[in-house]
Amino acid sequence: MATKTITPAPAVISRGNRKQARHNTLIGWTFILPNFLGFLAFTLIPVLAAFALSFMEWTSFTAPRWVGLENFQRMFQSDTFWVALRNTVAYALGHVPLTMALALVLAMLLNRKLKGIGFFRVAIFFPYITSLVAVAVVWNMLFSPDNGPINQFLNAIGIAETPGWTSSSDWAMPAVIITSVWRDMGYYMVLYLAGLQAIPSELYEAAEVDGASAWQRFWNVTIPSLRPTTFFVVVMLTVSSFKVFDLIVVMTNGGPGRSTTVLSQLIYQEGIGEGKFGYSSAISLVLFLIVLTVTVLQFKIQQRRER
Amino acid sequence: MTNMAEDLKAEAPFIGAGLAPAPEDRRRTERSRSPRERKKRTTDVVIYAVLVVLVVGLMVPFIWMVSSSLKENNQVLTVPIQWIPSEFVWSNYTDIWTRIPMMGYLQNSLYLAVIITCLQVLTGSLAAYGFSKVRFPGRDVLFLAYIGTIAVPWQAYMVPQYIMMQNLGLTNSFNALILLQAFGAFGVFLMRQYYMTIPDELCEAARIDGLSEYGIWARVILPLSKPALASLALLTFVNTWNDYMGPFIYLTSNRLWTVQLGLRSFVGQFDAEYAMIMTGSVISVIPILAIFLVGQRYFIQGIATSGMKG
Repeated sequence: MATKTITPAPAVISRGNRKQARHNTLIGWTFILPNFLGFLAFTLIPVLAAFALSFMEWTSFTAPRWVGLENFQRMFQSDTFWVALRNTVAYALGHVPLTMALALVLAMLLNRKLKGIGFFRVAIFFPYITSLVAVAVVWNMLFSPDNGPINQFLNAIGIAETPGWTSSSDWAMPAVIITSVWRDMGYYMVLYLAGLQAIPSELYEAAEVDGASAWQRFWNVTIPSLRPTTFFVVVMLTVSSFKVFDLIVVMTNGGPGRSTTVLSQLIYQEGIGEGKFGYSSAISLVLFLIVLTVTVLQFKIQQRRER
Repeated sequence: MTNMAEDLKAEAPFIGAGLAPAPEDRRRTERSRSPRERKKRTTDVVIYAVLVVLVVGLMVPFIWMVSSSLKENNQVLTVPIQWIPSEFVWSNYTDIWTRIPMMGYLQNSLYLAVIITCLQVLTGSLAAYGFSKVRFPGRDVLFLAYIGTIAVPWQAYMVPQYIMMQNLGLTNSFNALILLQAFGAFGVFLMRQYYMTIPDELCEAARIDGLSEYGIWARVILPLSKPALASLALLTFVNTWNDYMGPFIYLTSNRLWTVQLGLRSFVGQFDAEYAMIMTGSVISVIPILAIFLVGQRYFIQGIATSGMKG
């Protein structure tokens, strides 16, 4: 840029300093612009378009036409939509509490000064960043109903009737949930670890002086101190559960039957697969509203607790 | 400068907290150990045992993947499980390159991941500077729009994005993925979080010394934000490398496929070639493992700082 004047603190815009303000605006925008252009075109506009599209009839063969709530009517009458919604909720109900509990237990175990503790932390975190397809493929094989290692293990501990896992419509969802909990818990473990390390040790010392048992210290010091972290973890986990997509597509592709079909997948199938842009956007809007409601609700609960 | 970065870290406990070890225990000689410390020692041993069992348990899928990749097909799913192959079939690792265009897939993944990461880090850190260190009207509203879109699930607007790309004639090209993923709001958010911990006084001092805003960004802020840049770069690289749905939607021709797509299709086509499939899986994980081992500190910091992306 040609402007090379020395800018006094841009935080202060005095009344008589219009020129300075304009200068700052220009500078600010030049910093933001390279990212903003891409963001505007490929994120912001599509987000806004998704809202508008859900009130339109638009397929790859027809011109867009405003139809009001017609898409939503059709959606609420569609059996597949309700199945996908129910599956998504079932996934969240399994994934959120399990991941949260295991992440907290792991974080508590790993929050101590031991030689080589870093290795354990890194090992537990590693599944989170491994290639999704590899994870899905390996777990699918581990779950294999005939001679899969998991069913062999179950046999060994005395369970004769082993589940069919991904080949059974009752067990496919649990199989996906187990895989995703295994993959995600390291990530939330890191968040909990950061939360645990922010708790001042004086709190524990004071509790110990007061004669609190280990369980009491956990219940009366650790849990309340972790509340902001827990809140954040729950929001993140719930939101990510409702967005679940890749893992399901690769592991079961929604099957067997429709037993693991989820909302995101329906959006993809209707929108990109079949070119029903308007209809799939209506499902998108429902997904967005659920995510938004969950987030707002949890914010409200958090606020009430803090009062 | 490095000292200053350390100081800043101390000021932002959440960032440093990532994997920081707990404060060192007071050292004592063997003889002066109190019963209490002896008890602590026993607990440590128990904890070690628990941790080892736990980690081995969690690593079983990886152990099994590597072991299976070195077997004959018919030895992968045997009763009982063979953890160590009776005969190591190293040829799986040479055969796979001719069975599927693995090299091409790796190159495509690498190309996408590198370009997207570079663009994300460059434009993200620039924008973050604008959002945190330059004050101008409308800035905060604009930033709110960035934050707002992070909350909207990508699946909710992937269809409009797709229509747009179709109209631009960019489907079935790398450009579509680059444009969609390189300008994400996440990078801006993460970098801004970090820049907020850098005191404004530092920028002001640089301004008085006559540096332009671009100079401050390049010579003061960037060197100070190396950990955040590394976090963002690593997270972006790994996310792009592991992304399945993006390439699945946009890359239709085989020569453009990434490792994830190639592997998935290999599984679909030859679903009984267990050993070979495991070999492909191992190969797709190795680059990530390497990157992770080099930069795991920054991963953890990035997650602890932002917590976003999941």
